[in-house]
Amino acid sequence: MSNKEWPLWEVFIRSKQGLNHKHVGSLRAADSKMAVENARDVYTRRSEGISIWVVESNNVFASDPSEADSLFEPADSKAYRHPLFYDVPDGISHM
Amino acid sequence: METKEALFEYVLRIGDDSLILGHRVSEWCGHGPILEEDIALTNIALDLIGQATNLLDYAGQLEGKGRDGDALAFLRYDREYKNLLLVEQTNGDFGKTILRQFLFDAYRTLLLTRLSKSTDEQLSAIAVKSLKETKYHLKHSSEWVIRLGDGTEDSHSRIQSSLDALWKYTDEIFFANEVDALLEKEGIIPSMEGIKNEWTFFVSDIFAEAGLVIPTNNWKQEGGRTGRHTEHLGYLLAELQYMQRAYPDMKW
Repeated sequence: MSNKEWPLWEVFIRSKQGLNHKHVGSLRAADSKMAVENARDVYTRRSEGISIWVVESNNVFASDPSEADSLFEPADSKAYRHPLFYDVPDGISHM
Repeated sequence: METKEALFEYVLRIGDDSLILGHRVSEWCGHGPILEEDIALTNIALDLIGQATNLLDYAGQLEGKGRDGDALAFLRYDREYKNLLLVEQTNGDFGKTILRQFLFDAYRTLLLTRLSKSTDEQLSAIAVKSLKETKYHLKHSSEWVIRLGDGTEDSHSRIQSSLDALWKYTDEIFFANEVDALLEKEGIIPSMEGIKNEWTFFVSDIFAEAGLVIPTNNWKQEGGRTGRHTEHLGYLLAELQYMQRAYPDMKW
């Protein structure tokens, strides 16, 4: 018997028309077709979705957590990048 | 024989196919080769038990003796079950379970497609609902047959020997007697001949893609449709019926 593991796949589900595909988790499958089928069984059994994307995890390139300081912290002190200095006119409720 | 009586017999047959296969597949729950397949198989088992509930409840109505789906599922003896011998065969390894499922799904998809147009409204409604599930089962089982057949040396030889072992039960899928003749005349069920040709074509195609060879030994076994079963059904029923037999009318 072979002990080689199947590749890992990241699963994205779109829950309704007009919304984005959202990352929901990952699973193992021999190839892309089987990955979609497994995703259907593992992640949409309770009517969670109407569309599935799978991406082999190998193909996801991530930012390096040890660089988080230089990547993200500089944005913390730039409050002016948010539109915080405008008066919201009366009657606008969702801003 | 009256139409209603014939239809009772017919619905019992296809309801028993769903019930017995559903029970067999449910035996995988918690034992699947990987988590993803454990869920997939359990899903399929649930679909089949759902179809069995619809069909056996309807059979009970047709019979008109006050038996519902539960009574038919839990309180009959082995000789009264009319399922195919194929579906009561043991799970074996994953390959055998998949191959058994594939042979059944291919037939069932063709049958349900035609039953969706049955002149019997209730049967047609059940067929429409079940077809959506069964089409997915077929997709799942046929993809696996191709991958196991065309996979490693080990997977190939295992699924080939399952095919060698199960092929003798496939002829019975197309069993037809006076029940079928009567219902076919009234447009309630399709002709088995047409289904047989399409089935043979379809499974040969998938086996060719999977590199599997249909055994040339043409010895065939049948008996399920008339209540004569292999030894495996008795053990299955013992487990299926234990609670109702030990605690009659128990509900939970």
